[in-house]
Amino acid sequence: MSSYKIIDHEYDVVVLGAGGSGLRAAVGLSEAGLKTACVSKVFPTRSHTSAAQGGISAALGNMGEDDWRWHMYDTVKGADWLGDQDSIEYLCKEAPAAVLELEKYGVPFSRTEDGKIYQRPFGGMTKNYGNETVQRTCAAADRTGHAILHTLYGQALKHNTEFFIEYFALDLIMKDGACKGLIAWNLNDGTIHRFRSHITIIATGGYGKVYYSATSAHTCTGDGNAMVLRAGLPLQDMEFVQFHPTGIYGHGTLISEGVRGEGGYLVNSKGERFMERYAPKAKDLASRDVVSRSIAVEINEGRGIGKEQDHVHLHIDHLDPKVIEERLPGISEASKLFANVDVTKEPIPVVPTVHYNMGGIPTNYKAEVLTVNGSEKTVPGLMAIGEAACVSVHGANRLGSNSLIDLVVFGRAAAKRAAELVKPGMKHDEIDKSETDRCLDRFDKLRNSQGSNPTSELRLSMQKTMQSKCAVFRSEKTLKEGVDEIRKPFEGMESLSVKDKSLIFNTDLVETLEFDNLIRQAITTMDSAYHRKESRGAHAREDFPKRDDENYMQHTLSWCNGSKTKINYRPVHRSTLTNDVQYFPPQERVY
Amino acid sequence: MVQFNLPSNSKIKKGQYYKDKTGSKNIRKVNVYRWDPSKNENPRIDTYEVDMDNCSSKVLDILNKIKNEIDPSIAYRRSCAHGVCGSCAMNMNGKNGLACTKSHSDLDGDIDIYPLPHLKVLKDLIGDLSTLYKQYESVEPWLKTTKINDKENIQTKEDRAKLDGLYECIMCACCSTSCPSYWWNGEKYLGPAVLLQAYRWIIDSRDEDRKERLKKVADELKLYRCHTILNCTNACPKGLNPAKAIAEIKKMLATA
Repeated sequence: MSSYKIIDHEYDVVVLGAGGSGLRAAVGLSEAGLKTACVSKVFPTRSHTSAAQGGISAALGNMGEDDWRWHMYDTVKGADWLGDQDSIEYLCKEAPAAVLELEKYGVPFSRTEDGKIYQRPFGGMTKNYGNETVQRTCAAADRTGHAILHTLYGQALKHNTEFFIEYFALDLIMKDGACKGLIAWNLNDGTIHRFRSHITIIATGGYGKVYYSATSAHTCTGDGNAMVLRAGLPLQDMEFVQFHPTGIYGHGTLISEGVRGEGGYLVNSKGERFMERYAPKAKDLASRDVVSRSIAVEINEGRGIGKEQDHVHLHIDHLDPKVIEERLPGISEASKLFANVDVTKEPIPVVPTVHYNMGGIPTNYKAEVLTVNGSEKTVPGLMAIGEAACVSVHGANRLGSNSLIDLVVFGRAAAKRAAELVKPGMKHDEIDKSETDRCLDRFDKLRNSQGSNPTSELRLSMQKTMQSKCAVFRSEKTLKEGVDEIRKPFEGMESLSVKDKSLIFNTDLVETLEFDNLIRQAITTMDSAYHRKESRGAHAREDFPKRDDENYMQHTLSWCNGSKTKINYRPVHRSTLTNDVQYFPPQERVY
Repeated sequence: MVQFNLPSNSKIKKGQYYKDKTGSKNIRKVNVYRWDPSKNENPRIDTYEVDMDNCSSKVLDILNKIKNEIDPSIAYRRSCAHGVCGSCAMNMNGKNGLACTKSHSDLDGDIDIYPLPHLKVLKDLIGDLSTLYKQYESVEPWLKTTKINDKENIQTKEDRAKLDGLYECIMCACCSTSCPSYWWNGEKYLGPAVLLQAYRWIIDSRDEDRKERLKKVADELKLYRCHTILNCTNACPKGLNPAKAIAEIKKMLATA
């Protein structure tokens, strides 16, 4: 192995990722006086939080009566009873304060006539435990994520957070089952950096890029998830992949659920508003898994639109152009750019598109990472937040606008918990050189790959397999084939080809490291899906169409070593955090 | 007359030519600026023949096709692929823009792809934006308010509307790197991207620091190096108008 220049750092806390949750955590940590480093492979405002459109949920009650308990009920139901209700209670109860805090930070929320934060209807968000639509989703036009991300970056600057930008994280440093920091590669100058920290907070987002068609950015490769797998720890509920009902056909760009919140609706080739049949009450504002499945059924039964009959139409041409201009300007722009559609005159061609990972690194509501050893136990020194984490508040299906609130509520919770656990300036443990060697061995081996399979080919093969074998509808047959097929691109890494051997902005190597991360998550996703023989939320099995609470009201845990996985389960938390609200027992889920 | 010449190690040489291997009848030549900091070589222009029958509509799709199928060593930034993250800003046929939103059908002839102008190049199409980021930090892009309570600030719809056309900025730097004034005085002149952001906070009705903010930018170099060339507004891939924001700042200072 060639020798690498290693630069050592010591911090109280290291946050990996600078999207919404990472930045919110970093702000809280800096406020608490902890020496904090925020490490990111992209400049913070390039993070994928910027792509969130429709809004952030919180029972503020600015647009009619609301109650955080109703929000909690909707989230529990949206999650198809796979969410942990203690965590969901925490999320919904803390949500209003978290949104008001964002407003105080300067987020340019849209406003009501009386100057309060504007809130719009969103899928699955209801009044009085499922009775009628509520306006709960706080919006900055249709650029809410962008507005929040830029504002949080400003706050981090205000608090002098130390950033390490365009550093690609390689591995966690573990010692006796505890996390002691991480190792990263500085793309700017090619040096290797070893960050020692009392707590490492993973905020690396989702891994949408295991699929061929996703609203996710190129950089959504779940690097933190893979680092956790390599550290011998499990990921949770990986089979639950959200397909957003409305990605632009052919391109995958997201069209916000806010479009339907503002009155948009879906039609099939017969011009029918088909959602009326699948969700008589909520119609186009049923939860995302329900709408995506309905579209898939329409297409499968021959009522799709276009030459290939493979998409449906989303109409907003009946809305007042002024409303579109004020509340959905970004959608108009994206539709023009990627579908060549003038939304005031024509419908937008849409198709369900991979959008969000409910699964990820298991944590409790304090953001501490969990594993099982007989029973649940926390992993000292390690936390996870945002899409990378599985708290689990989204369970089997996340409601729209619950992800942005997840970022800030749990980003804040992580900072609070870290400040309880760490006192500024605590002494750092010695760490064995073997951890660094193991990490750099992998790095060096990948960098010097001289085989024949380009990373792009292996990635494409993985993405096509996920797209065809682990889609909206799944079955024993497709998943069994998927379990076998998904291992082929992994095996292909034995003869990997990396052309660029340099160390400065070697994006060939970055993509190879990202692929190495993705493929492990693809394997755990496929295997977890294969083993869950029921239908729940986003996991729809044609051969097991019913939810099976008796056997599967459990979180899937999956470990992955190479291409070998181990699957286990832990029970869903069936209690609330406090007596402020009663546990919601499982019910049939209809919209 | 002063003669301007590039230093000899900055002169762009002719690079490699990658001939099409697909047998496509619909070929387009794409010339890409290449420079590798780890090699002691001049920058060069590599030319790729790209099969346009199997390429989606944007310039980023061309680059991805080159990276995936022809030459994995080519380096550029990219992320969201739909114009919200600002990563893939570059110069295409002489104009700055986002590769992910720029249709290649809008470009005539061979396609020339360069990094954003006047940035230090880190590798290939990746420019060094650290100066711009520091300047952004210098305008203190956060809300300054003394109101400490658990209620939201009330802001009228009219006051909120004043932020439209400002808060949408994705900091891609297309505007600043198209500005001749910023080319000459990039270290001291804040440039259109950062001034647009400065104005976004100056005009926010919730902010209590307007006077101080104005005072801070009212500087011969920081602000008044804007000579209303308007390249910025012409370059903005989001349709924003930094030149107008700068004019508004100047107007506020003139009438204060």
